[in-house]
Formats: sequence, C-alpha cells, structure tokens
Amino acid sequence: MLGRLTWDAIPFKEPIPLVTSAVVILIILAVLALVTVKGWWPYLWKEWLTSVDHKRIGAMYVVLGLVMLVRGFADAIMMRSQQLLAVGDAQGYLPPDHYDQIFSAHGTIMIFFVAMPLVIGMMNFVLPLQLGVRDVAFPVLNSVSFWLTASGALLINLSLFIGNFARTGWMNYPPLSELAYSPDVGVDYYLVSLQISGVGTLLAGINMVTTILKLRAPGMFYFRMPVFCWTALASNMLIIAAFPILTATFTMLLLDRYVGMHFFTNDAGGSAMMYVNLFWAWGHPEVYILILPAFGVFSEVAATFSGKALFGYRSMVLATLAICVLSFMVWLHHFFTMGAGADVNAFFGIMSMIIAVPTGVKVFNWLFTLFHGRVVFKPPVLWTIGFMVTFVIGGMTGVLLAVPPVDFVVHNSVFQVAHFHNVIIGGVLFGMMAAYNYWFPKAFGFTLDERLGKASFWCWLIGFYLAFMPLYVLGLLGMPRRLQHIPDANWQPLLIIAECGAVFVALGILFQVVQLYVSIRTRESRRDLTGDPWNGRTLEWATSSPPPSYNFAVLPQVESIDAFWDMKQKGRTAAETPYQTLEMPRNSPTGFVMAFFAVILGFATIWHIWWMAILGLAAAVITALVFGWSEHREQEIPAAEIARMEHARLNLGRSARP
Amino acid sequence: MTTIVDEVSAEHVRGRGGGGPAPTRVVVAYGFWIFLLSDFVMFSGLFATYAVLSGQTAGGPTGHELFNLHSVFIETACLLFSSYTCGLGALSAERGQQGRFYLFSLFTFVLGAAFLFIEISEFVGMIDKGAGPSRSAFLSSFFTLVGMHGAHVTTGLLWLVYMVAQAAAKGLRPHVLRRLLCFSLFWHALDIIWVGVLTLVYLIGVE
Repeated sequence: MLGRLTWDAIPFKEPIPLVTSAVVILIILAVLALVTVKGWWPYLWKEWLTSVDHKRIGAMYVVLGLVMLVRGFADAIMMRSQQLLAVGDAQGYLPPDHYDQIFSAHGTIMIFFVAMPLVIGMMNFVLPLQLGVRDVAFPVLNSVSFWLTASGALLINLSLFIGNFARTGWMNYPPLSELAYSPDVGVDYYLVSLQISGVGTLLAGINMVTTILKLRAPGMFYFRMPVFCWTALASNMLIIAAFPILTATFTMLLLDRYVGMHFFTNDAGGSAMMYVNLFWAWGHPEVYILILPAFGVFSEVAATFSGKALFGYRSMVLATLAICVLSFMVWLHHFFTMGAGADVNAFFGIMSMIIAVPTGVKVFNWLFTLFHGRVVFKPPVLWTIGFMVTFVIGGMTGVLLAVPPVDFVVHNSVFQVAHFHNVIIGGVLFGMMAAYNYWFPKAFGFTLDERLGKASFWCWLIGFYLAFMPLYVLGLLGMPRRLQHIPDANWQPLLIIAECGAVFVALGILFQVVQLYVSIRTRESRRDLTGDPWNGRTLEWATSSPPPSYNFAVLPQVESIDAFWDMKQKGRTAAETPYQTLEMPRNSPTGFVMAFFAVILGFATIWHIWWMAILGLAAAVITALVFGWSEHREQEIPAAEIARMEHARLNLGRSARP
Repeated sequence: MTTIVDEVSAEHVRGRGGGGPAPTRVVVAYGFWIFLLSDFVMFSGLFATYAVLSGQTAGGPTGHELFNLHSVFIETACLLFSSYTCGLGALSAERGQQGRFYLFSLFTFVLGAAFLFIEISEFVGMIDKGAGPSRSAFLSSFFTLVGMHGAHVTTGLLWLVYMVAQAAAKGLRPHVLRRLLCFSLFWHALDIIWVGVLTLVYLIGVE
C-alpha cells in the first residue's frame, strides 16, 4: 500500500535530523497558525500564490533562494565544524553516513535551489521592466515554472525528515548512484526533485527568451537592449540548450534504477563515463547560466553608480555571446583524469583558457566604466568591486586548473573546492547580493539600510577569504575533498581559519536579516517616491516603485541605449496622454495546483507508491487540460482606473522632487 | 515628441527589432518553436547515448538480428504521410473548413495510431525473444530512444483528440487556431526526430 515507506524512514534514532525536523515543523506550523489567525489566507492566495505578475513571481523566486541559502549554509557550517573536530583520534559529531548526505545536499541545494532561483527570480522581476513591456510572454507558464521549482525544493527538504538523501556528492556519479551501491531512496530524492525543478527551469528559459526576442518596447533594437537583458538572453538560451541534456541523463539513470536498464551500470555494457560526459555537457553551461546574469547586474550597477554609460557596450554583448558558445566546448575539463588521452585533454585545456579572454574583456570594461566616473559607494557598488577582485583570483585558479597536468595533481582536492566556491560565491552570489540591494527599492518601494548592507558585505568578503584561501593551500598540500575525518593533524590550523571564515559568513547572513528587518521597520522614512532612487539609466526606473501591475501605462518609446537616461537628458517624461484600457493576464491557480500534484507524483515515485503516483500524474495532466481549454485569460483594467493610478503616482513623484 | 519612426522607415525599425511587442500569434508560435528546440536537445542526449552504447550488446542480440526494415518502412510511411494529412488539416482549419479539418484529423490520427501499433508490436516481439531493455546497454538505449519518440507520438495523438474536441465545442476561433498551430509544429517535429531514428538506429543498425 505504501510501497517502501515504513516507520523506519523517520530518523528517530538520529538526534540531529530529528531535532532539526521537529524545529522546522514547529516553525512551519507557527507560520501557518499566524497566517490563519491574522486571516491572511485570502490575501496570500489572491496576491501571491495564484499571481501571474512577473514581479510577484520574481520576488517569490528570490525568497525561495534566500531561505534555501540558509539551509545550504547550515550544511556548510556543519561540514566545516566536523572537519575542525574530527582530527586524529577524534571522530567529530557526524557519522560518515550523515556527513556524506550533508555534502551532497549542500551542493545540490546551493546550485539548484539557491543560485538558480536567485538568478531566475532577478531576471523574472527585471526583464519586462527593462524591456519596457507589461509582462513576460507566458505569464501562467511563469507561475508554473516557479511552483515546480518550489516543489523540487520541498521534496529535497523532505528527505531530511522522511528517508535520507543521496550520499553520492552533488554530481551523483554512477556507478555509486546505481541501485547496486545506493539501494535506498536517497538518490531517488535527488533525481526526482531535480527532474521536477528542471522542468520548471526549462519552461522559465523558454519564457524568458521569447520575452526578450519578441516583446520589447517600440524602438528598442537588439543593440539598444540593456546589458542585463543581453546576459539574461544568453543565460536563458543556455538553459534551453543545456537543461534538456540533464533531463535526458537523469531519465536514463532513473530507468537504470527503476526498470533495471544498463545505461551506466558496471555490467551488461553500461558506461558510467557516459553519465559523467552528459552531466557536464549540462554542467559547464550551467556555470554560465548562473554567472552571465550576474555579469549583467555588475554592468548595470557599474554604469549607474559611476554616472557614466557602460564602457564598451558592443564588446560586452559580443563577449557575452562568445562565452555562451564557448561554454559548450569545455565540459571535459571537469574530468581530465578520465583518460581521454593527451590530444583530447589538450583541446579542452586550450578551449578552457580561451574562455578567459571574453571574461577578461568584461573585467576591463567594468574597470573603464568606473574609471573617471563619480563612483557612489553604495552597497551594490561594494559587492561589484568585491566581485571584480575576488572573481579575477577565481578565474586565475581556473586557468591553472585548465592545464591538464596541474589538474591531475589537484584533481578532487580541496584546491578545486576553493576554486569553484571562489567563482560561485565571488561571482554569482556577490552578483545576486548586488542585485538584491540595487532592485529592492524598485520591488518594494523603499530602500534597504545602507550601513547594515555594508556590514553584511564586509563580513561576507572577509568570511569568504578566510574560509577558502586556506583550502587552496590545503589542496596543494594534498587534502582530498569530502573528508569526514582528517588524517593529518598538520592540516588543522588552516581548517581552524576556514571555520572562522564560516563564522564571518554567518555574521554576513545575520546582518542581511537584520538589514531587511530594520529597513521594513523604518520604511516610512526610506520611501522611494520618485521611482528612480539611484539616478538610473534603464527603463525599470522610468516607472514608480513598486510599479503598478501593468508596469507602464503607455509603452515607452526607446531612442537610444540607456533609454531612461536619454529621456531624462531630453526632458521627455511620461506623457499624460489619454490612457487606454489595458488587458492584463488574470490570476490563475494552475501553477500552484500543478505543483501540488507534482509533489504527490514525486513523493510517490520516490517511495514506489504506484497508485499514488498514477493519481498524482493524472491530476497534473487534468490540471493542464483544464487550463488548455480555458479562453478568457485576460482581464481589463479600465482607462479611468489607469488614469486615476497614474495621476496619484505622478503627484507623489512631483511632491518628492526638491 | 519625436518618435524613432519619424527618422527611419518602419520596415527598417522592424528589421532591427524595434517594432514593439509582437502579436500574440507570433509570440505563441515562437515560444512553442523554442520548446521544440529544447525537445530536440533532449533527444540529442539520447541519440548520443545510443551512438556510444549501440555496440555494447553484452553477448545479447544485435540490431542486425533484431531489426526488420520491412515493418520499419511501413511505420515510416505512416508517420510521414500523417504529417501530410496534418498539414492539410491545418490549412483547412485556417480557411474555416471545419468538416475537412475533422476528416484530415481523422486520417492523421489513424496513421499515427498505425505507426504506434507497429512500434509496440516490434517492442513486444523483441521482449518475447528475450531482447528486452534490461538485456544490454545497447537495448536499454534502443528502447529509451525509440520509446521516447513513441511516447511523444502518443502525446500527440491525445493532443489531437483534445484539439478536435476544442474545435467542435468552440469552433475555429483565433485561440483554438493558435493551439492548433502549436500542435502542427509538434507533429511535424516528430517527423524530424524519426528521420534521425530511422537513419541512426535502423538503417545503420541492420548493416
């Protein structure tokens, strides 16, 4: 009746997961109780859960990413502490079985449920505003994408309470991840939750590319698009070209595990290296899916806060597209030790070094943008400069790793761990933090506290260097990654420094929470009434903060790059023309309902509860069919209503100007 | 207020992407095209795996022993001809000829179902001979690649029924025509995949 699910799946005998489960369940119950007591359900349902407004969906993506960041960071600090304690005779507090689950969950969550939701959330929020249009191409599909991502996150966190998670590392390599060596549900949790969220990501990619290429304000030529839109375009094209490979790969591994096929098994002709190749054919473009939008953020921030146009707009666009293409030609550098031979390794080594060229172009463009500019050192700028220094170091160790003989030496050591944290934290995470501080006032109508924002930045920056520079050294000393127990006591001093770094990062996260809290408490004094708090250059600043549901009452006419800056220079403000009735997409529960059934389908598949899986699938298909039949997906906002809202907005803006 | 349209010809503006948001029909078809491209990428993963693993028969039967080009030829003819009738159906729908649309949809459905029937018979025959998907890496990749295409055809058949039902209930209104356009694109895309399967799996496999 319940497949493989029994009471043994609940970790009664393991105190850490049990207590964590209890606390998390209590928090969730408390939040649900609060929402019920305060009567917030109708508001939540109407304004958020069923919303198809790209701004709301973007915000929900970011919230999901930030919550999961805390979860992933909890894993990180547990691993750091274990490595600190388990030296010599001491065994630490995490048994190997649990430790292996933690490092696997940490990587999986940080990539798929922190970095991806943050990046997609920012693109979701910003793109239609920067393009000067009213929504994305497929608003309901957008909601489906978000809720499927959330379903994946829910399932992966469920593994903490019911059953266990994979012990295979976040890449989930076979043959270890095959049924013969991982017979329990851990790997199935990994595969199923990533399949569900992967569908969400793919649909988001299709939606964004269609939006960028087909929905732009009149006059916005391709070469007038803000650089963030270009990087988002490249990133989403990569999603479309890379994520289906991951889907196919995971499908094959699922077939191996559920149907007894032999794609990646040791016997009957299977090839584990096929999985590794396919995984990185997705995995390397994935790196650029994450970093390119961050590059876009830095470009916007550098131009805005130095009061200059971006240096080398065209070279920035070309560099972005070059990276987009090259990212598909370097996947083998993730496993030079496969034994493909000197020729193949040399090719991929050289390609990996070539990709540093367009990236270098970008770094110089940012430098020349800041050069001779009147740089205002707001938190987004600090994150940008912190990124430029940190990312260049990460890039250089990357070029080092691209040399196959060096790679053979430090392969699978913590040197490599230090390298990819260097580029992902220093690049993607710093970028998203810059974006969060930069666009927050646009999303919520008030700015974030600057002092606390700066404190958070410095804690993160110091914490990052303390945590990962020692790992470079340890890697060169020969310390392998993923050690549950440290055999060499000489490594301990450096591990203590790394632990201190983790504490600093914890402080950085704490400051961010406090920053948000303080900013909300003092929001009345920090309202952004003009809609343009930073003297911005692109169209998102041309509307109010937060923007009305329809973004722009009249679509802006674009006459140059930096369209809004141009308008301000020419004194062109939004004309108070007679407003027209607008058609906006109607809210739809489709995404939420579909994701609900996806969770049921996923959970049932993981535990082999086949009747429930069939029910979940059937219900999800019926939800899709019901939506596919529907016709009136838009509602009208009458011209009078728009005129009223626009007048209120313009009056507010006028009263705010000195 | 001077607009850009005054300065350069409207045609030129459109050519460089400055013509403003595209109409819904274009947006929907374009988005669906991109979805199909992503589907091709997924198939490319399966094709690549098949290409690598097709020699790994683990002492079991090879393609040469299993494939029957005669039935594959009929199968292919059914699928390709169904695309032709699908195209005629789409043209009739665009012209508002509801009766002809139903007729061509029926042809499309029957041909697609025939394709699926032949494919399933082939699968059942192979499994009966002990050449099921768990026999060897070659057969795992064969059943997954060809079966994935078959699953797409099945989805297409169900979608076709659903579209005929929509056309019957609501008439050939613009939003129904937009969805029909997506269906046609999907159905033709399955042909492209099949040409790849026919070449890589069957024509090379019987050698």
